[in-house]
Amino acid sequence: MPFNLLVLACLCYAVLLFAIAFVAERNMQAGAARWLRSPLVYTLSLSIYCTAWTFYGAVGYAARSGLEFATIYLGPTLVFVGWWWVLRKMVRIGRRQRVTSIADMISSRYGKSNLLGVIVTLISVVAATPYIALQLQSVTLSFGVFAAAGTYGWAMPDTNATALWVAAGLALFTILFGTRNLDANEQHTGIVTAIAVEAVVKLVALLAVGIYVVWVLADGPVDIFERINASALADWQLIPSRWSGLIALSAAAVLCLPRMFQVLVVECGDERNLATASWAFPLYLAAMSVFVVPIAVVGLQMLPAGANPDLFVLTLPLSQGQGGLAMLAFLGGFSSATSMVIVASIALSTMVSNHIVMPLWLSLRPTREVTGDVRRLVLHARRFSIAGVLGLGYLYYSLSGGSAALAAIGLISFVGVAQMLPAMLGAIFWRGATRVGATAGLCIGFAIWAYTLFLPSFGPGGVYPLSMFMEGPFGIGWLRPQALFGVAGMDPLIHALFWSLSLNTAAFAIGSLVSFPTPVERVQGLAFVNVFDTERTEPLAWEAGQVETEELLKLAQRILGDEPALTFFEEAASAQGTEGYLPDPTPEFLDALERKLAGAVGAAAAHAMIAELAGRARVTVADLMRVADETAQIMEYSGRLEAQRAEMERTARQLREANEKLTQLSIQKDAFLSQISHELRTPMTSIRAFSEILMEGDVPPEVAGGQARIIHDEAIRLTRLLDDLLDLSVLENGTVQLDLRLASLNELIDRALRAAAQVRPDRVFMVWRDLPSEALFLRTDPDRLSQVFINLVSNSRKYCDAAKPELRINVKQRGARVIVDFIDNGPGIPKDKQQIIFEKFARLSDQTRAGGAGLGLAICREIMANLGGTIAYLPAQGGAAFRVTLPLRLEKHPFADAA
Amino acid sequence: MRRRSPVFLARRAYRLRRLRDAARLLPVAGAFLLLLPILWEPPEASDRNTAWDGIYLFAVWGGLIALAAWLAQGLAAGEDSDEATDAENGPDGPRRGER
Amino acid sequence: MARHAMLIEDEPHITEAIRFLLTRDGWQVSALADGLEAEAALRAARPDLLILDLMLPGRSGLEILSALRADPGFAGLPVMMLTAKGQGRDREAAERAGANLFMAKPFANAEFVAAARSLVSVEGQRA
Repeated sequence: MPFNLLVLACLCYAVLLFAIAFVAERNMQAGAARWLRSPLVYTLSLSIYCTAWTFYGAVGYAARSGLEFATIYLGPTLVFVGWWWVLRKMVRIGRRQRVTSIADMISSRYGKSNLLGVIVTLISVVAATPYIALQLQSVTLSFGVFAAAGTYGWAMPDTNATALWVAAGLALFTILFGTRNLDANEQHTGIVTAIAVEAVVKLVALLAVGIYVVWVLADGPVDIFERINASALADWQLIPSRWSGLIALSAAAVLCLPRMFQVLVVECGDERNLATASWAFPLYLAAMSVFVVPIAVVGLQMLPAGANPDLFVLTLPLSQGQGGLAMLAFLGGFSSATSMVIVASIALSTMVSNHIVMPLWLSLRPTREVTGDVRRLVLHARRFSIAGVLGLGYLYYSLSGGSAALAAIGLISFVGVAQMLPAMLGAIFWRGATRVGATAGLCIGFAIWAYTLFLPSFGPGGVYPLSMFMEGPFGIGWLRPQALFGVAGMDPLIHALFWSLSLNTAAFAIGSLVSFPTPVERVQGLAFVNVFDTERTEPLAWEAGQVETEELLKLAQRILGDEPALTFFEEAASAQGTEGYLPDPTPEFLDALERKLAGAVGAAAAHAMIAELAGRARVTVADLMRVADETAQIMEYSGRLEAQRAEMERTARQLREANEKLTQLSIQKDAFLSQISHELRTPMTSIRAFSEILMEGDVPPEVAGGQARIIHDEAIRLTRLLDDLLDLSVLENGTVQLDLRLASLNELIDRALRAAAQVRPDRVFMVWRDLPSEALFLRTDPDRLSQVFINLVSNSRKYCDAAKPELRINVKQRGARVIVDFIDNGPGIPKDKQQIIFEKFARLSDQTRAGGAGLGLAICREIMANLGGTIAYLPAQGGAAFRVTLPLRLEKHPFADAA
Repeated sequence: MRRRSPVFLARRAYRLRRLRDAARLLPVAGAFLLLLPILWEPPEASDRNTAWDGIYLFAVWGGLIALAAWLAQGLAAGEDSDEATDAENGPDGPRRGER
Repeated sequence: MARHAMLIEDEPHITEAIRFLLTRDGWQVSALADGLEAEAALRAARPDLLILDLMLPGRSGLEILSALRADPGFAGLPVMMLTAKGQGRDREAAERAGANLFMAKPFANAEFVAAARSLVSVEGQRA
């Protein structure tokens, strides 16, 4: 097999993955492909548990230690068939709390403590780095196998360069598809789909090699059976401590590995998928394992004695001249390595950006207010973290030289992440678990892991001198890294696992027992442990009415982006029964917003940001009392009274608001006649004065001409006013005749800008448009619609008094509706006036300003109602902003039925 | 307010409860069966049979998968209808006090 | 000596009409469109008559008038108030603020000129 063909295949495969990810993302956005979130895809995405370590290493493991390799898959099998215990709860909590990573989950449970988030992030990064290096190594090794076997004069490629290219390619892929959305709960559909495809490739590849080995190289299962018992594997001895220890270890790892948490909890589109995965994932694991021993046995028999058993999957078909099969196996291994690295780096980058970069930014920024584009900051942080994580992996690979056996590195990493198990199980099952306990346990476990397993893994003379292993540090015998407290003779891995987890658990338990949790911890503890008791565990952690909703909207826009934030606020407002984009800051709303933000920047950062806006301590003793249920009956009763009171207060406030509006309206109605009178009398004054002058007849003709022109102009002005009034009255009655036809939105906006240019023509406006998005054909009344557009643009030209006036026109299509936003950079409209600007004769100052009788927006509102759409003021856009929403295709007059 | 749940359940709800018990017991049984080889494989025994060990292992594995598949079907069907009852009578009975 | 009238009115056509009428009647007319500059201009020009529109951009006619009457230098200045609203309420408010005469738009030219003359001559007799 020519080496360049291999590289070509690899590149083609990568392009295919790009295409799959891209198409999946597209389909998901269009809302077309439900199957992308199906149980099948979910289960296949879980297969990132099987990395290159499984694909190549399992055979090597079996060749060295017999059936022990299976323990790595038996642990996860037990966890999954026992999903009703832990997984179900974990996924539910993850979705309910909008958890973004395992660090976020632990930090969130223990009082949204960022310290814990940092600790978990650090453990995860340290533990994952060798693992990522391992994947790079396996890809490099498999390249090497082909290069060595090639007979076409291809030199062995520089292994370091290969690893570098692979790492860079993976970083690119991950950044492209992993940092599209900020809200981690919106999930990475593209990546998950690509990974599901890779899962199929690796399964098919391993099964193909296995079938080839069993039925082509050997004579079927019976022959294999004989060969196993005849081979060196028959001498395998089951070591009870390793057997049970490794099952437990792999069970812990599948729960705690950041990448597993990512696909298991964060990317979980539907909790019901878990039921399918509970048996389908063990099935996948069993299928991946079933041919491992046959391949190992046949490999040991057929290949020369010095061959690396870690590469049997490749070398066995290659030695038989089966280039195609070897190629498939190679792609399988490539898939295993890449999918693991991609998900691991997404998970780690989320953790690094949410728990290290965001908190640093929050504490370092000069002002209290959240300014600038936080989204971009977070996305950049993620991108750099992805590059950083892969860079670390590459660095480890090139420093360690990629020497150790594959299995050893994987297990060391497992023990590292398993340190999170006590804190995590405590988080979801024990309400008494506290931050102090979790911190102590994690730190002690991590330290012991590093001391007894990670650092010694560099070998005698690596980090520790040889004397350290023999006599302990400073000659203290009971501190020998591989015989702690004098317990010698244990397997080093089991020794480290035993001591680190025991002391970790002990510290966690004791720390929790002697410390007292903070209020937030207690509320979160209740929400986690009792996650299935839906209603009662909602922590009412925020107090209402201390925060300006507009400020919250600004914050949310900076983090979630304009459109998602507006949609979220609009939905919340309509759920509360109010119109517009500003819901009341009820505790429920603040809580929902916090969780929404937590999905983007992590629980701790979201909590801190809302806390700053909402002011002072959030959890009161009263809240806790309500949450604590020793006196549940009384408390709940009073709690309900409380809720009723809040509800009544809110209703009262809404009534007050309505009343204020009515009063203002009635004042306006009163003023209506006076306004009409004023608007009619003003032109009449000039007309009367000049006509009297002209009647006297002693005016020079040239002056008389000018005066006649004035009379003429003022008469036109009068007519226009009457036209407007008539127009309004026709529109309000719904008796208007609409001239429905197809019109290009782009042309309508063009027309509006041209027509409005006559208003204050001296002002130079910068107009920002996105022409591709305007390429829409609407079925509507184009003249009426452009009347609205002209009005909005003219208003901007009239009232936007920025030094460099700008007008942004954004067009979006949402299903069958079209949204057109007009946003300028002027002073905007004060909050108390936003309610009345669409009323007749509503002008912002009492004094008349250039032209206009204050009917423009009232007419716009009526036109939009007639066109089946709306016009609304958009708050918090940094200027006056109007949103026009209308149907893409208006079929008949919306009032036709009513009329 | 504590919801009053009936002492005896209708047949369907009763079956669903037992199905959940089974789901909780399955990993325990699985762990027991997977750890069993430790007992019959004393290091000094001479006639070991790796192939048979492998068959035992995969048989247990396959059995667990089949049982889990069967249980998952019933559990997924019951999940939507009976969430609240499950919460009231979770594995350790009503869990209310902060312990 | 020509009598000097100052007109504060934001509608340019009305300004033009009044300027024409008064000039023809032998007045010297200066006009302002904005209430904010009114006081400074008054101090500089010291007119014999002030014609003030009720609704002005910047500062309403009533405010200008109240400020004027508070100043002893302008306490005796005759002021004619113009309004397009023509409601009783406005008239009362204008008289309270110290307007000598209240004229509703639209007006008859002869009436307007006569009123302007009468204000100045009455004041002149009094002085």
